[in-house]
Amino acid sequence: MKRHLSGFLPFLLLCCLAFAPARAQDAFTTALPGLAGSFGQIAEAVEKLGTSADPRALPLLQALQDGRLLKREDGTLLIQTAAGTTEVLGGSATEAGTAEAVRVNNRVRGALRGALGSLQILSTDPDERLKAAEAVFRSRSADNIRPLETALSRETVPAIRTQLELSLAASRLASPDNAVRLQGVAALAEVTDQNARALLLETKAQVPDLARQIDAAVAKIEGRLRVRQVVETLFQGLSLGSVLLLAALGLAVTFGVMGVINMAHGEMVMLGAYATYMVQEACRGTFLAPVALPLAIPAAFLLAAAVGAVLERGLIRYLYGRPLETLLMTFGVGMILQQAVRLIFGAQNREVTSPAWMQGVMTLPGGLQLTQNRVWIIVFGLLVLGLVVAAIRYTRFGLEMRAVVQNRRIAATMGIRTGRVDALTFAFGSGIAGMAGVALSQIDNVSPNLGTGYIIDSFMVVVFGGVGSLAGTLVGALMLGVVNKAMEPYAGAVLAKVVVLVGIMLFIQRRPRGMFALKGRAAEA
Amino acid sequence: MTNFTLTRRGAIAGLGAALAMPAIRPSFAQGAPIKVGVLHSLSGTMAISETALRDTVLMMVQDLNSKGGLLGRRVEAVVVDPASNWPLFAEKARELLQVAKVDVTFGCWTSVSRKSVLPVFEELNGLLFYPVQYEGEEQSRNIFYTGAAPNQQAIPALDYLLGADGGNAKRIALLGTDYVYPRTTNRILRNYLLSKGFTADDIMEEYTPFGHSDWQGIVSQVKRFASAGKKTAIVSTINGDANVPFYRELGNQGIKAEDIPCVAFSVGEEELAGIDTRPLVGHLAAWNYFMSVKSQVNDQFLAMWQAYIKNPRRVTNDPMEATYTGFKMWAQAVQKAGSTKVDDVRAAVIGQKVAAPSGYIEEMLPNHHLSKPVMIGEVQANGQFNIVYKTPAVVAAENWSPYIPENANRRR
Repeated sequence: MKRHLSGFLPFLLLCCLAFAPARAQDAFTTALPGLAGSFGQIAEAVEKLGTSADPRALPLLQALQDGRLLKREDGTLLIQTAAGTTEVLGGSATEAGTAEAVRVNNRVRGALRGALGSLQILSTDPDERLKAAEAVFRSRSADNIRPLETALSRETVPAIRTQLELSLAASRLASPDNAVRLQGVAALAEVTDQNARALLLETKAQVPDLARQIDAAVAKIEGRLRVRQVVETLFQGLSLGSVLLLAALGLAVTFGVMGVINMAHGEMVMLGAYATYMVQEACRGTFLAPVALPLAIPAAFLLAAAVGAVLERGLIRYLYGRPLETLLMTFGVGMILQQAVRLIFGAQNREVTSPAWMQGVMTLPGGLQLTQNRVWIIVFGLLVLGLVVAAIRYTRFGLEMRAVVQNRRIAATMGIRTGRVDALTFAFGSGIAGMAGVALSQIDNVSPNLGTGYIIDSFMVVVFGGVGSLAGTLVGALMLGVVNKAMEPYAGAVLAKVVVLVGIMLFIQRRPRGMFALKGRAAEA
Repeated sequence: MTNFTLTRRGAIAGLGAALAMPAIRPSFAQGAPIKVGVLHSLSGTMAISETALRDTVLMMVQDLNSKGGLLGRRVEAVVVDPASNWPLFAEKARELLQVAKVDVTFGCWTSVSRKSVLPVFEELNGLLFYPVQYEGEEQSRNIFYTGAAPNQQAIPALDYLLGADGGNAKRIALLGTDYVYPRTTNRILRNYLLSKGFTADDIMEEYTPFGHSDWQGIVSQVKRFASAGKKTAIVSTINGDANVPFYRELGNQGIKAEDIPCVAFSVGEEELAGIDTRPLVGHLAAWNYFMSVKSQVNDQFLAMWQAYIKNPRRVTNDPMEATYTGFKMWAQAVQKAGSTKVDDVRAAVIGQKVAAPSGYIEEMLPNHHLSKPVMIGEVQANGQFNIVYKTPAVVAAENWSPYIPENANRRR
């Protein structure tokens, strides 16, 4: 008997062990046929797989996400990997043949994100854990509370802990128990996040009992969001301002300092953008590809400066002192440049990709999110401004330039070659415009008429700020940007622009010399 | 001020292009050649969309000539460039009809350009084939509309968003460029949503100028609008190259299609060619044709196009397909009428059927519009569309929308 029992116990144990995976296998196999059905059926199957806790679910769902899950016409599912194609059921190797990839739509992708999130929440890779925690925040089902608590007790990385706590609060909202829900509401009330607000309002619609507590939590969030919105608007205004600043800086040199009304200024910007495109294409596939954008800055400067120098020596110098003729002539040159670019590159827009460090958002402490490319453009705008100021103040070229502007004859008697200084100044201004083109290629279309959109704004900034004053250009650009953005939510993009233009017209009526008018003899000359 | 500069510059650029491009070739058959006018912007903000349509017409003309022309006569294209400049469209239309004396014109993309040329075509009794989806509310004896009417694009797309597969949207942001097409379409959509029980609070409407490039403010506004605890979707009637910075901003601000899907009515394969589409996977477009359609006619169309343009990677899109279909219908009608006289051809076009690349037989209806299938596609990482919804049969165009109250007494 004893011998019998000792033989029976291991058998029983074995049975138990075999039984547990057998049940999981059932959940897995019953979900599988859904994957060959309609989008709705696929989404359902994905959700089931996400809660199945079967080790085979994860590779299957990953294959579905990457488009490596194939289906035959009879509904058999295959997984494609680098090693070959295998059948999902049975795992035997096979040929892909005429099998087609299982297609996903937004609904499936949403379900997939949640399912992968719940499966990967305990992953060993911190990046995957963070992604999973974010995904679970959005899928938020009460089933996730237990795994999230487990994950939270093990987690050591602070960023992931924060996200896990958020996701746990979100999942608690989905619980059937009001006490647990209230825990979630209390946790979410401390977050400054639009998604938290959305979740709370959604819960309010489903559970009217908690309306009072939820309203209080939402009010708390909204109070903080309002402050953040002001900061965001300010940032957007500064960002638009820095774009205007970049576009106008070159003009501040050619028009502000030299007094040349250069209608081809926008085309210099456009040339800079195309230079960026050419540098990017030249670097494609080489080890230089990640730094193509920084490399484009000197390239754009040199290209635009060269065109500017040719323009000045070849045409503009014959028209000094005749602003009307200069205006018409540069206008024509602008069109020739546009058409030339159109002939060379075609009318279609060219794609300039942003490097990874310029994509996405940057989250500041306090949860404030700023778009990376805009941050870099603000930095770049200020750097270029610094460069221009330094060149004018501290270099010999800058000194000669100021001397020629103040009194051409005396400067000439001092031995300055005024013609050469004119050419260099114009080339310098054009080169700055070319550098602006590098920045604009990141936020606007690289097309032959890129410049036309900026020429009016540039003149507006320079005249508003005060012709000949770099400080005026800076303040003017930032002010126009912030005013424009502050008005946009109330007046709409179209009306905001109109209001700004009318405002400038009235301002110029009162102060024809702009904000920072030059005083003294230089202004009279 | 901006417009003034654009106008002058565009006008002169357009003139230059027109002078540079008169397509005069020695004639080979008896009789004067049949002249086909091409009125598409080759410069300015709409060039991104319209240049491919010029090439499509030229391809069709070449194809017709290689098959011996029409009625034994050569077909000749006359290309002009209205340079995305609406008043210039009317001038160029007049030039085509009075100076070049074209027998038929294929042209226009934006509704504002079509509205600008309409009186010219009616006054001089010309014939225009218009290949782009539009807002409806128009019918002219001189124009054939081969693009979609609102009930063949906008309304089905909205239905998809409101349905389970589209995510049961409960809040809709209508974003558009500021001109007649987006404003009218959004008016129809707003009335449609209100009839479906939406409240005015759940609809957001914003307009921006042509070529708008700074979308930060509007995209954050949409994000705020979407945080009211109801599933939100964007319906975009943004036209031209403003779409590129718009989608870039959506990607940068992390708006995922799973959370806030954006369905566009004027973005196709050609527009996506200039964008990095990886952050946009899942955003939608509603059209009557996608390049990814599987049909025999489409395979031929693709092969023909890529051979003509000598680029195996060039894409096709819906307005190109509508141009193809319209051109075929016109050629069939000329055959049937046995002449190119506008009045004869006009009568003959109605009822013409063409096996279109969309994989369906499309027919010209007496209201000068087509019967077409409706398709909804999701953007994929490779810039193509994954067709997630398709009507089982063609849908007849309703150019007078029942969702515009003024149309209540109109005879349909």
